[in-house]
Formats: sequence, structure tokens, C-alpha cells
Amino acid sequence: MLATKVIQDQGIHVEGLNFYTGFCVEGHTHAIRKKDKQKEKKNSSLWVAEQLGIKLHIVDISEEYKDIVLNPKHGYGQNLNPCLDCKIDMVARAWKWCQENDFDFVITGEVIGQRPKSQRKETMPLIARESQVQDRLLRPLCAKHLPETLPEREGWVSRDALYDFHGRNRKPQIALAKSLGIDEWSQPAGGCCFLTDESYSKKLQDLWDARGERRYELDDIMLLKVGRHIRPASNYKLIVGREEGENNFMRGYRSQFTYMFATSHSGPLTLIDGTPSDEDLLTAARILARYSQGRNAEQVSIEIVRTHNQPGQVVQVVPMPIEEMPESWIIH
Amino acid sequence: MTTHELNARNLLCPLPVIRTQNKINSLDAGDHLVVYCTDPGALHDIPAWCRVHGHTLVSTTEISDEIVIEIEVVKS
Repeated sequence: MLATKVIQDQGIHVEGLNFYTGFCVEGHTHAIRKKDKQKEKKNSSLWVAEQLGIKLHIVDISEEYKDIVLNPKHGYGQNLNPCLDCKIDMVARAWKWCQENDFDFVITGEVIGQRPKSQRKETMPLIARESQVQDRLLRPLCAKHLPETLPEREGWVSRDALYDFHGRNRKPQIALAKSLGIDEWSQPAGGCCFLTDESYSKKLQDLWDARGERRYELDDIMLLKVGRHIRPASNYKLIVGREEGENNFMRGYRSQFTYMFATSHSGPLTLIDGTPSDEDLLTAARILARYSQGRNAEQVSIEIVRTHNQPGQVVQVVPMPIEEMPESWIIH
Repeated sequence: MTTHELNARNLLCPLPVIRTQNKINSLDAGDHLVVYCTDPGALHDIPAWCRVHGHTLVSTTEISDEIVIEIEVVKS
């Protein structure tokens, strides 16, 4: 937002690009959960575009992005976050978009030293080189620490009106924002990708381990965002809704999974991922019963539906006591 | 003027916005697009997307858990 404003103030027409990877954490991803329903649900990039008065193009790269997640040339960060490869890929896409739409250069809001993986002094030239944007990549907030770019040399942009921010301290950016009349901004970078989240990364790694191969579909990674994930055995796992909002969201997946729910008590919807045996489904039903209102009952009726819209099988099970459920089953 | 429909049910934002954007890019000025979605985020995001791109938001309706948004395409 700040980098755009700085460049706009030099009289340059800017349009925004936002890439959707499937791993984006947005306010309304949490809106699946009913408890968050009262929170304002706005897309931060659209909100920023509106504040700045620029067009925003949202590009779905979720399919192509798999290669970045699965085979990062520069490796992962602390979790399964391939930040450097991600940055290179997005800058490359932005530059391609510029060329197709008669734009002259790419700007980013990067600041040297602000992020440990992708915003280091050594990685700045690497991103420009590997994305092939070369000297048409301008970082207005830290440009004075970097060699002159083509837009500066050509006089399209005044280097004097660019900045020399560095490090993790955001106070200079906040001061600049206030001086530019910006008093509200979206969350800083780094907290916007599920791959930086330890718990989410463990669920993704579990998915790969269970399948014996590193692959995923968009539905897989969406479902990793919801529910309790419980794996009693390598051939199947349960996704247990934690509240009404998640149950509603998971209902949309009933045609793709075996699923079950309690009929004698209220309780969550549970999707079963994998290839469970009949015995496994009884174990799953006992686990589900534990998360239902019948957890203290002698028996709970569970309906197991293997094919959506076909009659299910109702079984009577004893809710699984906590001591029978090893902590290792719960993926978090 | 032709009215088109887009099913964006069970998609989480920003996917309803992306589908709306891609559909509108293929429509003519004056056409209407009716988008059906279930993510409450769409109630904010699709109107916001219309505002930044200059399309006219005709109406937004919430019926139970479904959101219906009608847009008139404006091409500059």
C-alpha cells in the first residue's frame, strides 16, 4: 500500500496484482467459523485498492503454484513456506502481466531485512534476476539501499523521493503512512500465508506422508483449514467439524467423502479421507461420538454414509474415552 | 442486454471474486451477471471489486445462507 502510494505521488499510473495460491489467509477464510461471523469480512487487497483508487486484478495461480510448493528450488522457511521461490514466481508473473498490458515496470513493498527468507540484501538481486524482470523491479521503500533501476535512470521515477528503510522495525513505514494521510492499513506481510503456520504445515506434511507422495488438490488444502484432523491409521483420517460454520462448509464436500454424523445426539459432521475398512469406520464412529453431545452416554447412534444421497448405515457405538485416543492421532 | 448467471456457491473468497472477474471480462457492456455464492465475504468483496473496476452493482440479496449479487457490466 505504502510503496504504491509513494509511486502514485510521483504521478505514475499503478494497477495492483494479487495472486491467489489457495494458501492465502483472508479474514473471511476464518468466516467459515460461526464464532467469527461478527468480524468484518473484507479482502485486504481489494480494500487497499479502493483506498488507493487503483484497479486490482486478482489472479488464480493455485494450480501452477503447486510446483512452487512441491519443488522449491531455494527450499523452505521454518515450515513449508517456500518464500523465496514464491516471491520470484510472483514477480515473474507480475512482469509478464506488465508486458502483456503495456506497463513499464514492477514495484513491490519489500524492505531489506524485514523478512528472514525473501527480503534479505542477498536475495533482492536474486529475485530480480531469476524472475527475469532485472532492473525493471523497483522497491520504493528501500530503493536507496539498492542499485539504480531502469525507471530511476530513465527519469520516470525520482530516486530522491524514494526511501531507505531497512530491518524489521516498521516505525519508519508507519510514520511515512501517517505523513501520507494513511491511518489504516492491512496486516503486515508474513501473516497472510497458511504455509508459514506450523500447525497447517504439519497437516499438509501428514497428507503427503499418508498418500506416499507429495501432491495435493485445491480441495485438500481448503479442508486443511477447517476441523480437527485425526489420523488413527495411515489409511484414513477424520476431519471433525468444530462448530456450525465449519459443519456447513464441510457439507459441501459430502459428495466427495464417506461421512458420518450422530443421530441420537447433536454433534459435528465428520468427513473420512482415505480408504477406511469397515472396522476403521467403527473406530471413526467411536471418535466422532466422543465429540458429540453423547460423549458421556453409554451408546451413541452414528449414521455412516458412503455415497452421498444414498441411505446410510446406522451403528451403535460407545464413545471413545480420551485415554484410548493417543495424542499422536491428532494432527496439530 | 443479456443476463448471465454464475454459480460460485461453496467457494471461499477470493474465488467468487476471481470467477466474477473472469466472467465479466468475457461479457459485453450493458450485460448483467447474477452471481450466487455462500461465502459471506463475497458480500463485501464483489461490490468492492465492482467499485474499483467501475461496474455497477445492481443489487445484493441474502436469502438464508445464499447471497445473490447482480452486476451490470460497464466497459470503459
